[in-house]
Amino acid sequence: MVIASAFPPGSPLVHPLAALPGLWAPGSLAVVSPGLDLESSFSTLLQGLGLTPAVAHLVWLPLPMLLVLVAAVVGVLVTVWLERKISAAVQQRIGPEYAGALGVLQPLADGLKLLFKEDIIPARADGLLFTLGPILVVVPVILSWLVVPFGQDLLISNVGVGIFLWIALSSIQPIGLLMSGYASNNKYSLLGGLRAAAQSISYEIPLALAVLAVVMMSNSLSTVDIVNQQTGAGILSWNIWRQPVGFLIFWICALAECERLPFDLPEAEEELVAGYQTEYAGMKFALFYLGSYINLVLSALLVSVLYLGGWGFPVPVEWLAGALGQSVDAPVVQVITGSLGIVMTVLKAYLLVFFAILLRWTVPRVRIDQLLNLGWKFLLPIALVNLLVTAALKLAFPGVFGG
Amino acid sequence: MMSIADSTQFLCFLALSAAVLFGALGVVLLPNIVYSAFLLGGVFLAVSGLYLLLNASFVAAAQMMIYVGAVNVLILFAIMLVNKKETLAVIPGLALRRILSGAVCAGLLGLLLRVDFTTPWALPGPPSIGDGATIRIGEHLFSDYLLPFELASVLLLMAMIGAIVLARRDVFTSDVITGEEADQGLIEKTRTPLLIKKNLQIQPLLEKTP
Repeated sequence: MVIASAFPPGSPLVHPLAALPGLWAPGSLAVVSPGLDLESSFSTLLQGLGLTPAVAHLVWLPLPMLLVLVAAVVGVLVTVWLERKISAAVQQRIGPEYAGALGVLQPLADGLKLLFKEDIIPARADGLLFTLGPILVVVPVILSWLVVPFGQDLLISNVGVGIFLWIALSSIQPIGLLMSGYASNNKYSLLGGLRAAAQSISYEIPLALAVLAVVMMSNSLSTVDIVNQQTGAGILSWNIWRQPVGFLIFWICALAECERLPFDLPEAEEELVAGYQTEYAGMKFALFYLGSYINLVLSALLVSVLYLGGWGFPVPVEWLAGALGQSVDAPVVQVITGSLGIVMTVLKAYLLVFFAILLRWTVPRVRIDQLLNLGWKFLLPIALVNLLVTAALKLAFPGVFGG
Repeated sequence: MMSIADSTQFLCFLALSAAVLFGALGVVLLPNIVYSAFLLGGVFLAVSGLYLLLNASFVAAAQMMIYVGAVNVLILFAIMLVNKKETLAVIPGLALRRILSGAVCAGLLGLLLRVDFTTPWALPGPPSIGDGATIRIGEHLFSDYLLPFELASVLLLMAMIGAIVLARRDVFTSDVITGEEADQGLIEKTRTPLLIKKNLQIQPLLEKTP
C-alpha cells in the first residue's frame, strides 16, 4: 500500500472528474456522464457524524482496497468453479455436483482443504527463500488491481502511469518464481523456475508493444482515459476494431504470462513433475494457485479495458437515457449506469476467461523451442509492425486513431 | 503536529532508506551469491519506492521494470544456469585485500558525503510535476537528450549483436583473438532425430496387432 500513501495529502484516491478537465473541453467527442463519486458522499456522511475530513479520508482509504481484494478472491472462486464445470463439459463429464447447487461450493471446499493441509518445508530446502517465493508471486498481481477501472470513478487509484504500472509490477513475478524454484533444492523445480522466468520475460516485450499501440491512440497511460477514448459510438468505437492484431498479440501474451495452457511449460507435469510448485504444499501452494487465477482474471479485465471498451455498454448509455427521456445526470440513472458499467466489465472479462478455459481444455501444450520461437520470431516482429502501422494511421487519420 | 499524510511519508522514507542501506550492505557482504542477487532486487525495489515518494511514478515504474524485471532476472539467470563446480584457489593476503577495498569504498563514501555537504542545494526543490512527467520525459528524449538516447540504443544494439555472435559458436573454426583452432567440442553437433523412423520399428508392431 506504499503507492496509495505516496500521494500528497488531500489528493483523493478516487478522483472526481474535475481532475480531468480534458474530457469537458468544448467539442470533445464523447459526452461522459459524471458518474458516482462514492468517496465524497461517504465523506459527507462521516462528517455529519462529527468527524474531521482527514479522519473521514483515513476511514475511507482501506474500503476500496478491501472491496477489490474481496472481489479478486471471489473472482478466483468463480473462475475455479467455471474451470471445473467447463472442463467437464468439454470432456462430456458432469463435473462437481454435490457441493452446493451445481457444485458452486466446490472451490470453497478446495480452498479449505488447502488451508488445513500441513505446511511442509523440505529438510534440504532454503526455508527463507522457500517462504518468500510464493509471496513475491502473489503480491504484485494483487497490487495490479489498483489500476483496474469498473467505472468512471470506480477504481482504487487513477494513477497517471496506469497500465505501465501493471507491466512494471508483472515483471517482479519471475523473481518470485526463480526464488521458489531455487529454494526447493530440486532439479525439476529449478528448471521450472528458469522456464517460467524465460517465458515471462520473452512475452513481456510483445505485450508491452501491443499496449503501447493502444496508449498511442488514447494519448494516455491511464486506464480511465483509455476507456474514455473508446466511448462515443458504443460497440463500434471499441479498440478491437482498430487494433485487431494488437488484441490477438495481447491475449496470446497475457495467456503466456499467466502460464495457462497452451503455454503452461513451467509446470508441465509430464516433463517437470509440477515445475517450481513441486515441493509446495498447503497454503504456500494455495498462494501460487490463487496468484495464477487472480492473474488470469486480471488479464481478462485488462483486455476488456484495453480493447473491449471497459465499462462501456454496446449501445451508448447516453443514447438509451435520451431515448427514454431521462437526464444522464439524474441520481437514479447514475446508479443504473454505474451498476451497468460494473456488470459490463465483469461480463466481458468472464467471456474472455471462458475462452481461456476452453483453450486450455482443447489445445495441446507447445514445446519450449516452439514457445520461444513464437514469442521472439513471430509475435515480436508483428507487434513492432503493428505499432508502426498504428503510428502511421494516427498521422494519416487523426480523427479515427486519436490525434 | 505532523499531518497523517506527512507522517506516513516520513515512515515510508525511513523504511525504504533502511531497506536500501542494509540491502546494499547485504549484497556486498553476504557470502552466498544467490542471496546477494535476490537482495539486489530488493534494493532496486526500495529505490523505486523512493522515486514514488518523490512523486516520480513514471521513473519508479521504469526502474521496477528495467532493473528488477530485466537486469536482476538476467543476473539470477546467469547465476543459476552456470553450474560449473570450481574449487576456489586460496587467495594470498585475502585480509589485506579486503582492508584495501574497504578503504577505497570508504574514501568514495567520504568524497560523496563531501559533495553532498558542500553543494548549495536549493531547498525546497522545484515542485514535482507528478503525472505530467511522462510527457516531459518524452519531450526531452526527443529534443535535447536525443543524442545520448540514440548513443545508448546503439550501444545496446552492439551488445546484443555481440551476445548473439558469442552464443552462436558454430560459425567459428578458429579462435577470433589467438587464431588457434577452435575447440571442436564446443561446436554444436548435428542433432540426432528425436522421432523413430517409421518403417524400422513401428511397421512390425502394426502388423502384429490384429
